[in-house]
Amino acid sequence: MSKNTKTALLLLLLAVLLTVLPLAVQKDADFGGSDDAGSVMVEEVRGEAYEPWFTPVLENALGGELPGEIESLLFCVQTGIGVGILAFCMGRFVERKKWQKEDDSAIH
Amino acid sequence: MTRNQKLLTGAAAVLCFSFAPALPAAAMHIMEGYLPGGACIAWGALCVPFVLAGFFSIKKALTENPQLLTLLAMSGAFIFVISSLKIPSVTGSCSHMTGTGLGAILFGPAPVSILGIIVLLFQAVLLAHGGLTTLGANTFSMAIAGPFLSWGVFQICKKLNVNRRVSVFLAAALGDLFTYCITSLQLTLAYPSENGGVAASALKFLGVFAPTQLPLAVIEGILTVLIVMALETYAKPELRLAGYFKGAKEGTNNE
Repeated sequence: MSKNTKTALLLLLLAVLLTVLPLAVQKDADFGGSDDAGSVMVEEVRGEAYEPWFTPVLENALGGELPGEIESLLFCVQTGIGVGILAFCMGRFVERKKWQKEDDSAIH
Repeated sequence: MTRNQKLLTGAAAVLCFSFAPALPAAAMHIMEGYLPGGACIAWGALCVPFVLAGFFSIKKALTENPQLLTLLAMSGAFIFVISSLKIPSVTGSCSHMTGTGLGAILFGPAPVSILGIIVLLFQAVLLAHGGLTTLGANTFSMAIAGPFLSWGVFQICKKLNVNRRVSVFLAAALGDLFTYCITSLQLTLAYPSENGGVAASALKFLGVFAPTQLPLAVIEGILTVLIVMALETYAKPELRLAGYFKGAKEGTNNE
């Protein structure tokens, strides 16, 4: 394994650990969104319930909140678009390097 | 930018900046309808010159080096992926990262405002996440303030000859944190605490975001380093075009 690969694997492991650790430490937490926590804070600071003066367009169109499953579907679509583009471009780069005549990989 | 583009951006800046403070100055994504109307307009106006500058600088970069399109697309895609991932944090709540560090490091802060606004629009319209009324405020924190800090940190690290990967990590992580600080500030300005005023309110909002965001900022830093490592290995010509190696020692990648 090259030094780069080792660093990459180590960093990946660290990122995964940082993500999983909170789940292990905070067993009872419900892991709500911090955007929501912000809204709760708004109410606390104001000392009264806050009624948003504008509802999201999609909720208007649907006449209610977005179902949880659909929301995760849309989030996945977002991730999918991103990963698709990243993987496509990265694939091109990798392949290009493979076919390049001058081999600068020896330097690494 | 051409002279006309500069003029237009400048004029927009003057117009918008003089407009913004006249309105009552009112978080990472502030929810739809959670900012007073005046604040929405003010933050939106503040964004206009940056977005214009971003548009022109993207246009210029792509006319000069069409090959950069791939890197630009990847920077945008990185924001798409990273900001769609909700990550649990030690405080027992979830938050998500910004992903804007990569674009800021490669292209400078202005183009990221365009990439960021695309993501924010996607989330506001389809996901009821953030919102159209708070788009200006969210754009300012995530697509302008954060990337500006990332870019600044990266430039400073370059000057100080900090190891390049450490620089990338610092730039991305601090940019992420800064985004949330701005978000807190925006909420604070809109909702000053009755006893204690703005300062007390700021502490309160920061208290919500900071502990949650700190580990996430570290993760964002790590992920950005990973993708930069991949690009350094496979996309050196493009990175060179984008000026990524300029003014820095080539370090681990001797060419």
